[in-house]
Amino acid sequence: MTSPRVPAISLGDLTKTFGDVHAVRGIDLQIEQGEIVAFLGPNGAGKTTTIDMLLGLSRPTTGSLEVLGLAPRQAISRGLVSAVMQTGGLLKDLTVRETVEYTASLFADTQPVDAVLAHAGITGLADRRVGKCSGGEQQRLRFAMALLSDPALLLLDEPTTGMDVEGRRAFWSAIRRDAEKGRTVLFATHYLEEADQYADRIVLMRRGRIVADGTGSQIKALAAGRTVRATLDDPDHQALARLDGVDSVEVRGDTVLLHARDTDTVARYLLTQTGAHDLEITARGIEEAFLTLTGDADETAQTAETGTRTPEGALR
Amino acid sequence: MSSTTLDPTTRRVPPFGGLNTTVLRIELKRMLRNRRTVIFTLVFPAALFFAFGSGADWNQSVGHGNVAAYVMTSMALYGAALTAASGGAMVAMERALGWSRQLRLTPLSPTAYILMKALLALVLGAVAITVVNLAGLFQAKPSMPTHVWLACAVLTLLCTMVFAALGVFVGYLVPGENAMQVLGPGLALFSFLGNVFIPIDQGSTMWHVASLTPMFGVAEVSRAPLTGDLPWYAVVNAVVWLVLFVAGAAWRMSKDTARV
Repeated sequence: MTSPRVPAISLGDLTKTFGDVHAVRGIDLQIEQGEIVAFLGPNGAGKTTTIDMLLGLSRPTTGSLEVLGLAPRQAISRGLVSAVMQTGGLLKDLTVRETVEYTASLFADTQPVDAVLAHAGITGLADRRVGKCSGGEQQRLRFAMALLSDPALLLLDEPTTGMDVEGRRAFWSAIRRDAEKGRTVLFATHYLEEADQYADRIVLMRRGRIVADGTGSQIKALAAGRTVRATLDDPDHQALARLDGVDSVEVRGDTVLLHARDTDTVARYLLTQTGAHDLEITARGIEEAFLTLTGDADETAQTAETGTRTPEGALR
Repeated sequence: MSSTTLDPTTRRVPPFGGLNTTVLRIELKRMLRNRRTVIFTLVFPAALFFAFGSGADWNQSVGHGNVAAYVMTSMALYGAALTAASGGAMVAMERALGWSRQLRLTPLSPTAYILMKALLALVLGAVAITVVNLAGLFQAKPSMPTHVWLACAVLTLLCTMVFAALGVFVGYLVPGENAMQVLGPGLALFSFLGNVFIPIDQGSTMWHVASLTPMFGVAEVSRAPLTGDLPWYAVVNAVVWLVLFVAGAAWRMSKDTARV
C-alpha cells in the first residue's frame, strides 16, 4: 500500500489521576498496525484505565494519545476502533439479530449482518432473546458486534475470562486470522501464559507504569534467574545483597534465600566465604518470573490500585 | 477486509450522530414487546376512561365541551405520563446494564442518544394519547370541537416531557427494573392529587395541597383548550416541576459519568 503507515496506537507521557489515586503514571507506547500486543499486569496496574482512554471513555489527565492518528472519539465514529467488554453491555430484551442490526445501523459502513452472525457462529441463535443466551453465547455476540465495522484496532479487556480451554483456543485462532489481514489487537490480561502464547509483544504494566516491553521470551528472560537456598548462621544481609547479580535476599531464621541471575557466583561465595551449608539451587517458574516483575518490591510506594489486588490468585 | 496498512481517512462518519430509523424501529418494537408497558400505558388508561368517563354527569357542560371530554383528556395525560416515565426509567436501566457504555463504542453521539429516547417517549406518548382518544371516539360520549380536541392532545403530549425527566430521575434513584414499581403507584397517587382522576373542590385544604403536586399543573395546562381557563399557578406548577425533574435527572446522570 502507498498510504503512510500510521501507528495504531501512540501514547506520549500519558497519565490519569482519580483524586489522589495515580492510575496511570506516564506511559509512552507505540504500537504499529498489525501487531498483536498483550497488556499484562495484575489487577489495578492501569491496564483498564489505559484502554478506557484509548476508547475515549475517559480523558487523560496529561499527555498525548492518538489512535490511528486520530483522537479516540473520531476513530470510533469512523468504525476504526472497537472493543469487546468483559461483562454487560447487552440488552436482555432484544434478540441476537436485533442487537447486531441495531449496532450495525449506527455505523456508516458495516459488513452484512448475516455474514457477521455466521462469522461469530451465532446464526442459529439469531432469533433468541439475549437474556436467554449463555455467557459464552453472549461473549460471541459481543465479539460479532465488535467486528461489524471491520475495525483496524480491536481492544479486548480480559477477553477469555470464563471461557473453557476449547473456547479459548477457538477464540485466539479467530483473532490470529484477522490479525493476518492487518488488524491490530491489544488485549489486557493477567495471565502470563496467555500473553506469551498469543501475543507478538508483551507490554508489562505495574502500578501505572510500563515496566517491560518485548517479546514473550524477552520478558521471561528479564525475570529469569534462580534461587539459592542455604543454611547459614548469622547471615550478613548487606554483604549478600551486594553480590553481583543478586536481585533479592530473604532471611528466614537461619535459612537464606537469594534470587540471582548468576547463581554460580553466589554459591561459590556462600561455600567459600561463609559457613553456609545444605545449599540448594532451584530454577524459578514462569509465575514467579511474572511476580518478580509485577510484585511489590517497594512496599512504601503509594498504592495506585482501586480494586483488590491478588495476582497470585489470578495466576494459573 | 482491511489491507495490511489502513488509511484512516478512507472511513466515513455516519450522518445525524448515528441516529437512524432502524434504531427507532427496534426500540419501538422493544417497548411494545414488554407486556407490562402495554398493559399499564395503553390498556389501563383506556379502561380508566371507560370507568370514570361514564358517570351520571358525563354530558354536563365543561368549557367548550362536556365532562366525558374532560375525563378523556385527563386519562390520555395519565397514560402518556406513564409511557414517558417508563421510557425515562429505561435510560437509567440501560446505563446500569452497561448498554450506554457499549453505545459509546459506536458512532452514536450522546446527544443523538438522548434525542432518540425523547423521540421514542414522544412517539409512545402519542400512541397512548391516541388509544384513549380512540376509546373516546368509539364510546361517542366526549364532545368538543375538533380543533380543541387536537389542541388538548398536542398539549398533553408536550406535558408528558415532565414525566420523561421524572422517569430518568427515579430510574437512577431506584436502580434496575424496580423503577416502574415506584413510578406506577407514584403516578397514580399524583394523578389522584393532581385532579386527574377525581375532581377536588377548588379552595378546599385538599385542593391547596393538590395544587402543589406535579400532575396538577400539567393537567390544567393540557385541558386548557377545553376549559378555556389557564390559571397562572397551574403554569408555574408545571414549569417548576419540569425544572426540578430535569435538574434531578441531570444531577444523577452527571454523578454517573465517572466511568460512562
